[in-house]
Amino acid sequence: MNSYSPKITSPGSIWTRTATVATALACAALLPLGNAQAQSGKIKIGLMLPYTGTYAALGNAVTNGFKLYVEESGGKLGGRDIEYFVVDDESDPAKATENTNKLVKRDQVDVLVGTVHSGVAMGMAKVARENNTLFVVPNAGADELTGPLCAPNIFRTSFSNWQSAYAMGPVVYEKRARKVVTLTWKYAAGKQMTDAFAEAFEKAGGKVVKEMTLPFPNVEFQPFLTEIAALKPDAVFVFFAGGGAAKFVKDYGAAGLRASIPLYAPGFLTDGTLEAMGDAGQGLLTTLHYADGLTNAKDQAFRAGYAKAYKAAPDVYAVQGYDAAQLLATGLSAVKGDVSKRAELVKAMEAARIDSPRGAFTLSKAHNPVQDIYLRKAEGKENKVVSVVSKALADPARGCKM
Amino acid sequence: MDFVSFLIQTLNAVQYGLLLFLVASGLTLIFGIMGVINLAHGSFYMIGAYLAFALVAQTGNLFTALLLGIPLAALLGALLEWALFRHLYKRNHLEQVLLTYGLILVFEELRSLALGDDVHGVAVPAIFSASIKLSDTLSYPVYRLVISAVCVLLAIGLYILIHRTRIGMMIRAGNHDRDMVEALGIDINRIYLVVFALGVTLAAFAGMIAAPVSSVFPGMGNQVLILSFVIVVIGGIGSVWGALVAALVIGFADTFGKVLVPDYAGLAVYLVMAAVLLWRPEGIFKS
Amino acid sequence: MSASFNTFLKLLVLALVLAFPFVGSAFYTELVAKGLILAIFAMSLDLLVGVTGLVSFGHAAYFGVAAYVLALLTPKYQAANLWLSLPVAVLVAGLVALLVGFFVLRTRGIYFIMVTLAFAQMAYYIFHDTDLGGGSDGIYVNFKPSAAIAGWTPFDLDQPKALYFFILVCALAVYGGLRRLKESSFGSILQGIRDNESRMLAMGYATYRYKLAAFAVAGALAGVAGYLYGALYGFVTPEYLSWHQSGNVLLMVILGGMGNFGGAVAGAFAFVAMQEFFAAWTKHWQLLMGAVIVGAVLFLPGGISALPARLKRKPRESADE
Repeated sequence: MNSYSPKITSPGSIWTRTATVATALACAALLPLGNAQAQSGKIKIGLMLPYTGTYAALGNAVTNGFKLYVEESGGKLGGRDIEYFVVDDESDPAKATENTNKLVKRDQVDVLVGTVHSGVAMGMAKVARENNTLFVVPNAGADELTGPLCAPNIFRTSFSNWQSAYAMGPVVYEKRARKVVTLTWKYAAGKQMTDAFAEAFEKAGGKVVKEMTLPFPNVEFQPFLTEIAALKPDAVFVFFAGGGAAKFVKDYGAAGLRASIPLYAPGFLTDGTLEAMGDAGQGLLTTLHYADGLTNAKDQAFRAGYAKAYKAAPDVYAVQGYDAAQLLATGLSAVKGDVSKRAELVKAMEAARIDSPRGAFTLSKAHNPVQDIYLRKAEGKENKVVSVVSKALADPARGCKM
Repeated sequence: MDFVSFLIQTLNAVQYGLLLFLVASGLTLIFGIMGVINLAHGSFYMIGAYLAFALVAQTGNLFTALLLGIPLAALLGALLEWALFRHLYKRNHLEQVLLTYGLILVFEELRSLALGDDVHGVAVPAIFSASIKLSDTLSYPVYRLVISAVCVLLAIGLYILIHRTRIGMMIRAGNHDRDMVEALGIDINRIYLVVFALGVTLAAFAGMIAAPVSSVFPGMGNQVLILSFVIVVIGGIGSVWGALVAALVIGFADTFGKVLVPDYAGLAVYLVMAAVLLWRPEGIFKS
Repeated sequence: MSASFNTFLKLLVLALVLAFPFVGSAFYTELVAKGLILAIFAMSLDLLVGVTGLVSFGHAAYFGVAAYVLALLTPKYQAANLWLSLPVAVLVAGLVALLVGFFVLRTRGIYFIMVTLAFAQMAYYIFHDTDLGGGSDGIYVNFKPSAAIAGWTPFDLDQPKALYFFILVCALAVYGGLRRLKESSFGSILQGIRDNESRMLAMGYATYRYKLAAFAVAGALAGVAGYLYGALYGFVTPEYLSWHQSGNVLLMVILGGMGNFGGAVAGAFAFVAMQEFFAAWTKHWQLLMGAVIVGAVLFLPGGISALPARLKRKPRESADE
């Protein structure tokens, strides 16, 4: 091992550099002041989404969906042109408030749209509440956002964690499962999902015999599979997403558990991961507010439009982004693009009936979609709709005082 | 926990430990022999996994992918040693940490540019796709056992390479006294080039053979990186045997931590590390 | 460089930072405030890395712990008192550092780097996995600390300018304090330990105790930074304690140049500026960030602050001195 020898420099040179850096920063800071006022004719939309890291694919899908609707509307919302301000949130909660401030304070956007990661969305909600910025969440499912943190200026076009998991409870019970084991990562979203499932499942008459968790983002599932095999429950309910979801489903299959103990999950398990799961993913039943193979005309038009614009098939994240733009369009049209009429704008958004590719939905008092939840079955690379298991399911919005 | 479950969990622990060993072995070589802290080691694991995905997509076969991927990984290692790491040997650990930290960002973004950010799967080779029945509900995939066997073979191979061959002797001598080895007319730079390429290849190989069970996804390198470091440090820097023992220790701590103290499973691995280092500040097997 | 020129530069920097809130926009004022906080954070690490020769790879733990203390001391509908919560946060961070230091200082070199990381990871999982601080979603600090003393409020941290100047005063105090500490006999002993610990031992110094004291002081000062960061952004998450943050602060120290705190300040500001510029420029900004880091290590040993000296003396010195 080589020994340690820091390099000491004279204090003078340091101050030279500090001065240079400080001056550069100061100059850079003053520049945007002039720009900010120049383009007041456009509505400024701040997109804060992950473009790097684990959730980059989701961030891009939300962005694509949002822009697709704007393009379909001739590049305008509420009759006014749109100007985008984009920030990569890296799915890093440590930078959440600061990144949000970039859009809210530096760029002074009229509307804030984001994000995927719940922890980051919580930070965004704080800034949006403090500055009374109109805020639309196109993914993050944290129950709090339309619960204790609900506010007139905060809307969500995706789902609450409670919704996607609660709907699964009766489904599992009807499949004649009475004893169920749950497994998820030990973090807030996982707990909200498994709690909501347990709530619905036990209300139906079943029992969750064991709730298992593993540290996030650990993907070594083998010890849990062994425990599940020993416990022999009637079914297993899990919440995983992304790379971890693909690995879990493969491990579950390889351990031979699929044959004897059915696996159920919110749809995030199989969204964007079916290709990676291969055969192990086939036939999985999941619940979500969107599915492949819907027959409504809106979905078909949306899919065709998306495929044409981006040469790719849309997913649930793209739908949520698309609907975020639709919701904004409804509000902005009502005030003819005049964002200063906030009360009317919010009122129009609250009353909106969004003609979404997922099927039409309205908003609850807490501004969360009141939507149908589908049961889907994985076939090939698609999550084919089986049935609507919860018609117009509304999040209970616990803790919301609006 | 009944006895059968205990035995199966032990198997899980050993199997996980062996896979961790495979990743950590390359790190301990680079760490111990060249004295370089390489935070980018997890990135090589990630690169290996993505190589396996890309090559299997092209050739349709994991074995062909391995055959092509291993030389590619070795080449990448040699290139990096020549272009970057060669300049780091005389620097302090701090600068090594920094440079390799920068490399993590570079590799992750290059991966994103080249292959996108989606999750991918790699099929288990058909001849290993069977499972062995352990109980009436639980089976064990043969491929996992194959990985374990490969890990054991590699551990033995590395031991022989370092302790029983001429090049191993030169490597050990170079680790001990670089100047003396140079004075004896051995080209130490060439040895370092070989060791570094070997270390990168081991990490990438681990990623390649793990790809069918772990899937391939952004950020997968970061998950194994910290664990690999924990293993190398517990085992004693530069000791292949130490890494093997430490990897098994971590495999047990993680597996039984999850089963017995699920609420503190995240802490278990680090508690073990702290405890071992307080007991033996230079690892179990000091090299 | 003459002493008067040096003083002139110091004053110029000071004048710039003092004037900034009056000329810069609200956002950039906050950004400079962030730079100042990170400067405190980096300076506290410099006491370990640059002065004492202890490379800690877990310094974010103390930063994060103090931020959580603020969050937990702030009632839901009311502000925490600054004069109570700040000392408590700093004390807790210092005590945690003392406890961790007690164990980790028994190891050396590379092992020290890794054990400090292990303890930081433990702290990370405590906040991430338990309900203590809101778990993985983090926790809000709904109100900025109140500076009231017995009914009299000298300043209001809800005012961005007041908060900015409070942070600036803290940064200056930490800078001044650390400079004095380095010049003190305690500081000389620490530098002696860095240069040759066995010699210090032979001279009869109980080096372990001095290192432990330095470790605790550094932890407490990181706590000052963490507390201010929590107050500035009003949001605390386990990611404040993650190994990436520990890596980032090491990066600031090395980027600036170690050993006399001014470099840490320059490194912190350079780091903030780079993130800002690259992220505004391209989606793949982390590629640029990574490339700059790699380039800086290869071509800039000694950090930014060593640059003028290197340029001046180039002909006689090799690249890897």
